[in-house]
Amino acid sequence: MIQIENLKANIGSKEILKGLNLILEEGKVHAIMGPNGAGKSTLSKAIVGHYDIEVTGGDITFKNHSIIKMKPEERALEGIFLSFQNPVEIPGVNNAYFLRTALNAKRKHEGKEELNAAEFLRLMKGHLESLGMKSDMISRSLNEGFSGGEKKRNEILQMLILEPEVIILDEIDSGLDIDALRAVCEGINKMKNGKRSFLVITHYSRILDYIKPDYIHVLKEGRIIKTAGPELVAQLEAEGYESIKDESI
Amino acid sequence: MPQKEINKVVSGEYQLGFEVDIETDTVPPGLDENTIRFISAKKNEPEWMTQLRLKAFKKWQTMAEPHWAHITYAPIDYQAISYFSAPKNPPQNLDDVDPKILEAYAKLGIPLDEQKQLQGIAVDAVFDSVSVKTTYSEELNKLGIIFCSISEAIQEHPELIKKYMHSVVPMNDNYFATLNSAVFTDGTFVYIPKGVRCPMELSTYFRINALNTGQFERTLIVADEGSYVSYNEGCSAPTRDENQLHAAVVELIAMKDAQIKYSTIQNWYPGDETGKGGIFNFVTKRGLCQGDNSKISWTQVETGSAITWKYPSCILKGDHSVGEFYSVAVTTLAQQADTGTKMIHLGKNTTSTIVSKGISAMRGQNTYRGLVKIGAHAQGARNFSQCDSLLIGSECGAHTFPYLECKDIKGYIEHEATTSKISDEQLFYLRQRGLSEENAVSMIVHGFCKEVFGQLPMEYAVEAKALLNLTLEGSVG
Repeated sequence: MIQIENLKANIGSKEILKGLNLILEEGKVHAIMGPNGAGKSTLSKAIVGHYDIEVTGGDITFKNHSIIKMKPEERALEGIFLSFQNPVEIPGVNNAYFLRTALNAKRKHEGKEELNAAEFLRLMKGHLESLGMKSDMISRSLNEGFSGGEKKRNEILQMLILEPEVIILDEIDSGLDIDALRAVCEGINKMKNGKRSFLVITHYSRILDYIKPDYIHVLKEGRIIKTAGPELVAQLEAEGYESIKDESI
Repeated sequence: MPQKEINKVVSGEYQLGFEVDIETDTVPPGLDENTIRFISAKKNEPEWMTQLRLKAFKKWQTMAEPHWAHITYAPIDYQAISYFSAPKNPPQNLDDVDPKILEAYAKLGIPLDEQKQLQGIAVDAVFDSVSVKTTYSEELNKLGIIFCSISEAIQEHPELIKKYMHSVVPMNDNYFATLNSAVFTDGTFVYIPKGVRCPMELSTYFRINALNTGQFERTLIVADEGSYVSYNEGCSAPTRDENQLHAAVVELIAMKDAQIKYSTIQNWYPGDETGKGGIFNFVTKRGLCQGDNSKISWTQVETGSAITWKYPSCILKGDHSVGEFYSVAVTTLAQQADTGTKMIHLGKNTTSTIVSKGISAMRGQNTYRGLVKIGAHAQGARNFSQCDSLLIGSECGAHTFPYLECKDIKGYIEHEATTSKISDEQLFYLRQRGLSEENAVSMIVHGFCKEVFGQLPMEYAVEAKALLNLTLEGSVG
């Protein structure tokens, strides 16, 4: 689905990704694990075209087209979704209004009819219930004054409504208590349909108990140094990243 | 995001810059007693009005233009301005109004002919120096409501004009108000009788068309005991390289238990990005809450003018009276705005609320200047002020000058101020969800203005939102 080839990327003048290779397969859940500063967030930002990241080499292709020159909104409309680690607050912008605008931008892009307010509210209410979110999420301002858990659930709500093809979850588990984590993971699991690809970036194996990964990739010093099945999690838990040999060379 | 791209987003093209070619009666530039007699004669004014004008003119000649505001502009040559311009052959009824003028108003979204008149909104259309048409006057008359041009009111209701004109903004109040008192041309007069709730929105649309002409309008609204009125003002002007002066005076009087809601959507031509052209807007607006439990609310959305100098104020004289000021002021291109309000608490338990939202983009300079004064007898007075500034890009500026004076130890004043930038992070978040850059900026700006737009009557809130989009988005309609 997404193919990343020899990707090199800088933040400022510092090279963070140093020739990273990764293939996201259709319908599979890929987990990226690695020590702090390895470049996990940089990878996710590079895929969505974040302004902090300068790609200096290599390529990212999605549905067989290079996307590294595309604007962030074009990548989004094509179906790439990033759940942010720290969703930003946007005062005064109504959450439902924002979401409907985003959904209709996508529907328009796909040549579908836009949803009117009533149709959209019905859709949104259904998802709110399934995520155990209060209905005041409809009228509140986007992320403004939300607790950490509310922000993360709101990311998942957006994901459910926008129905993207590639879902990148950047530390969706950080700052969540067990109940919130379970609700969030249920939302994510609902999105699995055998076609969608997931890229789960995490520090902790805990979330992988809920979202079963098909592959574990270890990211260290700007490169994927090992790819294995879910059994790798146990080894990482027991022995740490130091124990992993670089198999990419 | 590079500055150039942001500028493209926030330098919206002025949409109402057309002019119509009509025959006009325009007095040559220059200002002396003869000019004033000429204006007064043109309007068939009674002698007492002519004398008031001349008195104001004498006073004005002794005054100096104020320069304390945070604005800079080339000196105004008051002798180079024409003080009166009217379409030739003043219309007796709608059939006589020049079709080109009707067309101009239709283009502005204000159809004046009977079949197409806006539902539920009565309009006074002021074209340069004269009112060309007032709609729904007869229907309103049945309720005892007077809604007419100020020129007509001087003829038909001299007792009301004599009593209330200059009663809130004294003739010698300030340089521009005094000039207006001498040369004002037209504007609107509203009187709502006791206990009447005006059943429709009243509005005036001011259009500057003639070249080189100043517009000096005068509006007076009197709400008698227990009455209610919602009044709206809109304006626009052609795109021109020359600056044009607009110096208006608005006086509001609310008696006991009366309420006046005054909304403005100001869209004068702002000039270009180098600061060439545009309207100089020097306006004195003041409301008097004369009676107990009266209320005056000012809501303004200011997107136009090269220079804005404007402080809609409330004098809270009646006990328990309420003053409100809600403002969105946008300065983009090379616009400068020095605007805010004054809340003068004189009566007991008076309350005032100030919500000011300044948006600056490109080289725009936006200043909030506000005074909250609590007099010695205003026990239990309260004020809440909130002044927020939003900066788009790095060449613009936002400034806040709050003045607080509290003579009553029981008075309570609360002031909050914030300045924020549209962050790259906010823009990116919205774009990652599929919104274009333009839509993302627009959504953030609208969110910032939400509290103020919420105060506008619905039809006008829609207009204000659209206008903000045009001003900031550069979308060509």
